[in-house]
Amino acid sequence: MTSLATQHPTDHVHNARSDARSRAALSSPFMPYRPAASSPFIPTDVDPAALTWAETVAPGGYTHRVLARGTRIRFEDPTGSACAHLLLFNAAAPGERLNTADTVKIPWQAYLGTDHPLLSGDGRVLATIAADTSGHHDAFCGTTTDAATLRKYGGSAAEGPTPSGRSRFLLAAAKHGLDARDLPPSVSLFQGVRIDEDGALRFVGSAGAGTQVDLIAEMPLLILVANVPHPLDPSPDYAVGPLRIHAWRGDPTGPDDERFTRTPELTRAYLNTIDYAQARGL
Amino acid sequence: MTPTPLTIPDAAVPGTTPPAAVTPPASTVPVGAIFAPETVLDPSGPLAEGPTVLDDTVAPLGPWSGIVRAGQTLTIVDVGGNQSADFLVYNANNTAERYSVPDTLAAAGNAYLRTGSSLYSNEGRVLMRVVGNEIDRQDTIGGACSKESNTLRYGFHTEYQHACRENFLTEGARYGLGVRDLVSNINWFMNVPVEADGALGIVDGISAPGKRVALYAEIDVLVIVSNCPQMNNPCNDFNCTPLRMIITDTQTETDPA
Ligand SMILES: [Zn+2]
Repeated sequence: MTSLATQHPTDHVHNARSDARSRAALSSPFMPYRPAASSPFIPTDVDPAALTWAETVAPGGYTHRVLARGTRIRFEDPTGSACAHLLLFNAAAPGERLNTADTVKIPWQAYLGTDHPLLSGDGRVLATIAADTSGHHDAFCGTTTDAATLRKYGGSAAEGPTPSGRSRFLLAAAKHGLDARDLPPSVSLFQGVRIDEDGALRFVGSAGAGTQVDLIAEMPLLILVANVPHPLDPSPDYAVGPLRIHAWRGDPTGPDDERFTRTPELTRAYLNTIDYAQARGL
Repeated sequence: MTPTPLTIPDAAVPGTTPPAAVTPPASTVPVGAIFAPETVLDPSGPLAEGPTVLDDTVAPLGPWSGIVRAGQTLTIVDVGGNQSADFLVYNANNTAERYSVPDTLAAAGNAYLRTGSSLYSNEGRVLMRVVGNEIDRQDTIGGACSKESNTLRYGFHTEYQHACRENFLTEGARYGLGVRDLVSNINWFMNVPVEADGALGIVDGISAPGKRVALYAEIDVLVIVSNCPQMNNPCNDFNCTPLRMIITDTQTETDPA
């Protein structure tokens, strides 16, 4: 039998070690770039020396990160088929986390876009959407469960070809000591939903290949990202594309920024956030 | 008054009824490779006497868990040969008590597991005993693979690949277990020698299709297994195959008198 094993001399420890080390130069279309400045996809408007995170997330994959307050995070959808499901937490006290109801209610706006705050349940801005060339996002449908994924695709094994978003979030959360109780409803980027007059949820899909969304971390942020099809994606196939992420050092929103005074609710949300951060010495 | 029995059709129970599969959906997910078509598979059978309580097949790459009651014996079959069965075991009634590599090794005075080995807990009690074993030695020093340690061993390009730590976390979450509950484990059918100069590592396996290990439960235990998806080292012969888990009721084995 010719098998992969015959290509690998691994009969003794020293041979096995050489075989393992021989893989170091290999690459993958889905991987983190470390150091981040080694990313082959650095955005042209970013100083490579300021990068703190660079990664391409696989279809069906997930990632997670703790980021300093002020970090700017760019998500890109190179194929027009990514769907970035996001959960945000105050990294210093993860009981404070994304509240999707407040995120649409406080700004008086159902649809995520530039200058929309992603709010916690504690009256603070976890992150601000600072730029958005897609406009196709969703704050209502959350991510997919195992049960819904099984019904739709015929399987939902975490290790299989059709994993659920919730199984991705569970793994990402576990790596920060969090569990199922720590997973509130999430938002998603790059696949849009609109609400018709009768309440019907209408999937409008992608704005096309190459769009991007920038977030500013207004708090020390724990961010969980799952890249799985949107719950309302009508395709019978599990056809999600890769998701690109770059993050770099920057400043949180302050009183000199135009968006600080854009609405009275935003101003008070930023004041709450700054008040908290200053008291904690952040 | 006789209450009307409530009947729930299967289809109404969320998650229990997959749609009639015509063809599986196309998927862009980079799933790990499983065994080559010409692979020899031998499902063998239980390595203990007694009625069968449970008989499961663990698909390549996937997790498994089960409760083995005191007096029952779990047979693990290496169906395709040299397939690492990454294994954790907990006191089913108090999961803070769990398998302990150092207590097991120190008690045995030996670095490998064989017939007669006792699997000790962190409280110094025997959780299970190896009552049957068909390969020369079993590993409990090599630990489980993870996405994170794969970046150290093979490079950053392997981080996206599925790994045993993912399986342990996914399956453990069903019991409320998390990262604090993952400890160094056993790798049934994996070969990790320590050579004369101290060199330690995973090398070609010494198991074969149909080889088995049998574990007698001294108390009620929760067993969590990852059918290792690793494709960067020889722990699976670079060919991920199924495992078979058989629980037999062997209550008569221990005589309380
Ligand atoms: Zn493994």
